[in-house]
Amino acid sequence: MVSRVVTGAHYGLRDWLAQRITAVIMAVYSVIAVFVLILIEPITYVVWRDLFDQGWMRVATLLFAVSLVWHAWVGVRDILMDYIKPDGLRLGLQVGTLLVIASYLGWSIQILWR
Amino acid sequence: MSEAAVKTAARRPRPKYLSLQALLFEIRLPVTGWISILHRISGALLFVSMVWLLWMLDRSLSSEAAFEKIKHYAGLWPVKLSLLVLIWAYCHHFCAGIRYLFLDLDKGIDLATARLTSWIALGVSFALTAALGWKLW
Repeated sequence: MVSRVVTGAHYGLRDWLAQRITAVIMAVYSVIAVFVLILIEPITYVVWRDLFDQGWMRVATLLFAVSLVWHAWVGVRDILMDYIKPDGLRLGLQVGTLLVIASYLGWSIQILWR
Repeated sequence: MSEAAVKTAARRPRPKYLSLQALLFEIRLPVTGWISILHRISGALLFVSMVWLLWMLDRSLSSEAAFEKIKHYAGLWPVKLSLLVLIWAYCHHFCAGIRYLFLDLDKGIDLATARLTSWIALGVSFALTAALGWKLW
């Protein structure tokens, strides 16, 4: 009998699943957003501002932004793990990616609740 | 196994590592491979462009004057062209992503179907880009 030794950090399945769930959330938001934009045409400043003044739009957009950065983190980390071989450089780029992601999210919240 | 046999096994050529260079210049990609690498490229492009898109959203919601400025800015041809590229990236990532969700559910994994859905994803993403681009301008 061969006993298989499982190694690794065990974050693979969780991240794989998170990437797919966030993808579905973004897909639904995107389709709704396109229809909303077509409905409210022509878009003037007042129409645009009123759209983002509504609570549901802010919360939906925040859910989209959180999904996006989570999804992007898994994707960018996969790209870095595949192509960047020196450990130090890869770690540096991953930390940089996380900082960018945190900034994107903070900025999104600031834009939505100004 | 003798020590010599172990050493021979260690020297045996290993499967080729899929470097970016190999993907771009050495391996002729089938359409399913193109969908895959374009999914990566479009995702990376959208991630790095997010700072620009957020800046435009920020400006457009800050005041009426800033909104008009951004509207004018978005009408300049280099900006329009860049936005069109990003719209394509989003549409491609969207269509190829839906295809991957079905593949994850074991739907359409035989070669003929996988190739057909790849062409459909490519075609639909270009059609959506054209439609959204036309709608915007």
